[in-house]
Amino acid sequence: MVTKLALRNIFGSGLRTWLNIFILSLSYFVIIALQGFFVGWQEDATREMKEWDLAGGQYWQQSYDPYDPFTLDDSHGPTPKELQEKIKKDKAISILLTPATIYPKGRMRNIVLKGIDPQQKLLKIPTKHLRSDEDEISCLIGSEFAKKIDIKEGEYLVLRWRDKNGVYDAEDVKIAHIFHTTVLTVESNQIWIPLSQLQEMLDLPGEVTIITMKDENYNKQFQGWTYRNLDFLLADLKNMIKAKTVGSSIIYFLLLFLAVLAIFDTQILSIFRRRKEMGTMMAMGMTRPKIIQLFTTEGALHAVFAIFMGAIYGIPLLNYFEKVGMNIGMDAKEWGLSGLEDALYPVYGWKLVLGTIIFVFLTVIIVSYLPTRKISRLKPTDALRGKMTKKKVD
Amino acid sequence: MNKLIEMKNVMKKYPMGKTDFVALENIDLKFSEGEFTGIVGPSGSGKTTILNIIGSLDSQSSGDVLVMGKQIAKLSNTKSARLRSQKIGFIFQTYNLLPVYTVFENVEFPLLLLNMSKEKRKILVNEALKWVGLTDKIKSKPAQLSGGECQRVAIARAIVKEPKLVLADEPTANLDAENSHNILKMMKKINEETGTTFIFATHDAKVIKYITRKITLLDGSIAQDEIVSGG
Repeated sequence: MVTKLALRNIFGSGLRTWLNIFILSLSYFVIIALQGFFVGWQEDATREMKEWDLAGGQYWQQSYDPYDPFTLDDSHGPTPKELQEKIKKDKAISILLTPATIYPKGRMRNIVLKGIDPQQKLLKIPTKHLRSDEDEISCLIGSEFAKKIDIKEGEYLVLRWRDKNGVYDAEDVKIAHIFHTTVLTVESNQIWIPLSQLQEMLDLPGEVTIITMKDENYNKQFQGWTYRNLDFLLADLKNMIKAKTVGSSIIYFLLLFLAVLAIFDTQILSIFRRRKEMGTMMAMGMTRPKIIQLFTTEGALHAVFAIFMGAIYGIPLLNYFEKVGMNIGMDAKEWGLSGLEDALYPVYGWKLVLGTIIFVFLTVIIVSYLPTRKISRLKPTDALRGKMTKKKVD
Repeated sequence: MNKLIEMKNVMKKYPMGKTDFVALENIDLKFSEGEFTGIVGPSGSGKTTILNIIGSLDSQSSGDVLVMGKQIAKLSNTKSARLRSQKIGFIFQTYNLLPVYTVFENVEFPLLLLNMSKEKRKILVNEALKWVGLTDKIKSKPAQLSGGECQRVAIARAIVKEPKLVLADEPTANLDAENSHNILKMMKKINEETGTTFIFATHDAKVIKYITRKITLLDGSIAQDEIVSGG
């Protein structure tokens, strides 16, 4: 009965009701869309980072600290025997890192020189372009870095490095291939050359800095090596996305605030404007709790209709974004965000949709209920005269 | 005739600053089933207060009020709401129709509170609207009706649940002479044909022509209680 009456009341209220419902439906839509973008971004970025850089986890030579370039000179050691077997079976690859300098267009630039097996198939880095059987050194370089130093495929760069004895050497390296990736950790200020060549250049035969594993669950301990699982390796990315998510949630909290403010305002107005109506309802035998229930239901029904209204325009729009992505309108690399393509492809899980609906619904119910508590102290005789009762009545 | 209402030594006072304002004093009244009674008197004489107490919308400060065998002052909110929803119909000077409802929905409202089936509600609402001659306006909203039509809807809403008692507070105060007579004739007809008790609070001379008992109030006390010819 209460729902029937509430439906009559909100349909009877006309445009105001539909405006409130529209604003509320926007809240649903914006929350789901924004959250979907962040979930999609996290999924894309995680997948890309696994495919290009991390695979199933990494062993780091114990001195290696990616945030301290001065550790690179000493971060190398022989590959443990068990891991050598894994490498032979294509279940792991090893990478050697060393600081180096290049001189594009006569300018000096510090880089990280990385050695990788050209035959590897574990990572998406196109190492097949590396040739270790020629006299000259061939290298791979990321497209963003190539753009920054203004170099093209087939051109040469002067490369200078220091071997394990501290002796400097330099040579021209040929850009064998420029690859495109969204994963900055494999392309920013880096040059990839064949592992055997780098080991020879540094006079470090058989020594490596990082061993990347295919299997996520392989985490045996080896002397001089520290295992880093994906949780550790992806922590920075997750924290960054979390920070961006919190920042963006301000937008939808603002929208939700506007929507619930509109409903709160409508409810407050209703309580004051419809006192006579309440008095009439009481005179006809409606109890105070029933009237509170009626007014709260009226407010809550806004949230229900907003779901339907939101679905009408939201589902096609969300589907569209899911298929074609959404152009973020800026160069993702300038943001320093890994795994972020020019277009974002959102992912909407049932947890996200259901969670948003429940969250908005509960907020609206609370906001609808709060003003109606005034009804509990309304005397029928005062209500019929359009007055508000000041003292609480039994 | 069966006794419907009994008021014994009823007093009603309202706090007014540091003192109390006495709205009713020494009210002893009995109403029987089928009466068509008018409580008359000037503004502030306590007419509406009596109706509110009988209708369990308000309670007396002292004295006893028995409505259909029930001590009004002792009823809980829920029980007094049930008494009103089942046994008492109200008609107000300003009609008090629910503005967003149609005529049909306004008249149907009391039946919804009684949890009646849809079919039964439809029959009773149509019957009530037939009584008041508004079957052609069932889809209209109150804003589309004249004052007389609004009051007819209010009457239909009051009688639709076939109550034993209808309390009408200045039902003709906002109507012109012609509409007032039509409304009163209608109520008189309902009273005669269904035996519903009508108690009016009024100071409209036109009402007095139709009532069969006239109770005159003056400053919260009964000045006169007399049987009159009535229409």
